[in-house]
Amino acid sequence: MTARETILAALRASGAEPVPAPPHPVPVKQGDPVARFLESVTAVGGQSYRVPDLAALAAGVAKLPAWSSPRRVSLVAGIPGGTVDLEAVDDPHELADLDVAAIPGELGVAENGAVWLKGESLGPHRAVFVIPEHLVLVVNAADIVNDMQEAYGRITLPRPGYGVFVSGPSKTADIEQSLVIGAHGARSCAVFVVG
Amino acid sequence: MIHSHPDKARAFVADDERAHWHDKALWFVRVKRDRGAATVPEWEALRTAAEGIKAHTLSRLGAYLEEFEAKAAANGIQVHWARDGEEHNRIVHGILERHRVSLLVKSKSMLTEELHLNPYLEARGIEVVDTDLGERIVQLAGEPPSHIVMPAIHRKKEEIGELFHEKLGTPKGLSDPTVLTGKARVHLREKFLSAQAGLTGVNFAIAETGGFVVVTNEGNADMGTTLPRVHVASMGIEKVIPRLADLGVFLRLLARSATGQPVSSYTTHFHAPLPGGELHVVIVDSGRSQMLSEAHRRKALSCIRCGACLNTCPVYRRSGGYSYSYLIPGPIGSVLGPHRDLAGHASLPFASSLCGSCTDVCPVKVDLHHQLLVLRQEAGEEKLIPLGKRLGMKAAAFAMARPGLFRAGGRFARWVLRAAPGLARFGPAAVWLRGRELPEAPRESFADLYDRETAGKPEERS
Repeated sequence: MTARETILAALRASGAEPVPAPPHPVPVKQGDPVARFLESVTAVGGQSYRVPDLAALAAGVAKLPAWSSPRRVSLVAGIPGGTVDLEAVDDPHELADLDVAAIPGELGVAENGAVWLKGESLGPHRAVFVIPEHLVLVVNAADIVNDMQEAYGRITLPRPGYGVFVSGPSKTADIEQSLVIGAHGARSCAVFVVG
Repeated sequence: MIHSHPDKARAFVADDERAHWHDKALWFVRVKRDRGAATVPEWEALRTAAEGIKAHTLSRLGAYLEEFEAKAAANGIQVHWARDGEEHNRIVHGILERHRVSLLVKSKSMLTEELHLNPYLEARGIEVVDTDLGERIVQLAGEPPSHIVMPAIHRKKEEIGELFHEKLGTPKGLSDPTVLTGKARVHLREKFLSAQAGLTGVNFAIAETGGFVVVTNEGNADMGTTLPRVHVASMGIEKVIPRLADLGVFLRLLARSATGQPVSSYTTHFHAPLPGGELHVVIVDSGRSQMLSEAHRRKALSCIRCGACLNTCPVYRRSGGYSYSYLIPGPIGSVLGPHRDLAGHASLPFASSLCGSCTDVCPVKVDLHHQLLVLRQEAGEEKLIPLGKRLGMKAAAFAMARPGLFRAGGRFARWVLRAAPGLARFGPAAVWLRGRELPEAPRESFADLYDRETAGKPEERS
């Protein structure tokens, strides 16, 4: 028998009585999701900004100290000023010295400041959300949901087979429980809510 | 080879200052967990749902694994099956060999610790770099992780500075966590950029969509899977969940239970290889189907490895991760280890006060302290507890079944304690007096006092 057959046979023979799948609890809504989202982003170590429209978004991003560094990627239609064209990059290793990337988010989650980035928003290289020194994420106010359960109600199968929730910058507390921002991924994460 | 928990704990508890420091560090994490849980009004309902989803999944695990396999294959993921560690390690090595991998970057996986993957690959000439900061620290120190979420929690920052000085050539005397993390970032970034393959664990595999989720705070799993073109993910058979929507329940519980964070920094959903790359999932049994077949052990397979039971355990906090003979320490390890090999881990069910705090904080409601109690009984039945203790228990049972003898014994013991308190420091009771003061022995027992006070007052005797 192959390993697959052996394992599946053992599982069939395990004699576990059928247990029905339980319903999921209905989360209690806690206040204005946009306001809560902005607070959560700060709480997880990011910077949060609310801007009324795309013009204000572009102005806000231009003012970020991180955006003044030379190697910039913009995947957001409303943010001009990118200096690196991902389509012209063959190998993600060439992004090792990327300073900052601006990426559009599909939705934001009020309870934890997470922003859902779907695979096709990352352009040709998945690494773009984790390799730069700084990250700029953009999400529409209308796309803020209360919690993760609501988020998965709106997420369909990630295509092309990839998606990530990013909640604030990269961090670690592995040395004596001291929180350090910027372990392997972005050292800062600015999140703009538009509208 | 020392196996018993008290013997292994001896060195740790001898350093009083460090033992207290460890206790406080872990309690700090437990307090953060409480604060995180308190922000979710439906917390208890979520725990119940998570428990139920796991019980449901385990009741038809084979069907869900087959569904996962079929959907994953349709997504372009190559699925492998392994009965045990040897088979798993051979499969992983085969994939790496085919791609001529000389450097593998790994993110955290307790499964590969269990299966001893690192030494297997290293013996075959592959450099394996653990990239989670805590795991890199213990790897450089040549130690196993002492905690499943915070592998280097037992190490002080000054020691880490010294270790980095020795192994990474950083300046001597560094101890600032920010500076040390910065040094590790530079060191590991070079590894990420030169590795030809990345290996991750699997937090959740989704049957419905044929993909899986990996969570990290550092982003190390993401660096290790977006730069090299080959990604191998190792998962135990118990990691599958039925639907994408179930993640909504588990992810609300996981990080809050682990560190008090509302969610980890990166929650990555893999449903296809990198363009032009390869994505392999190795599904491993390694004793899990056996545990599933025994109803009273089954629930231990629901564990999502958050570490909350370690952080809350008064015994773990005061004895450290290296006091446990199983690779996963704390209450869940004291259940999983003996479930696999009771004789090899016979002392672990006793490394508990049975206070039940582990069960109370478990996000999937594994009945940890009940299982520990059952394991104690099994250890007793199989004569795996020391003879002195067994005879003592027999004597106690004999006396407790005979009230007259019990009271006479009590009188004698109180007399000895008053007449010659030093005597108790010899003989079988001596172990109890390490680090403990004897109470002053009262002249009469509670039963004597009760009889005297209620004599002639039958209405008060009930």
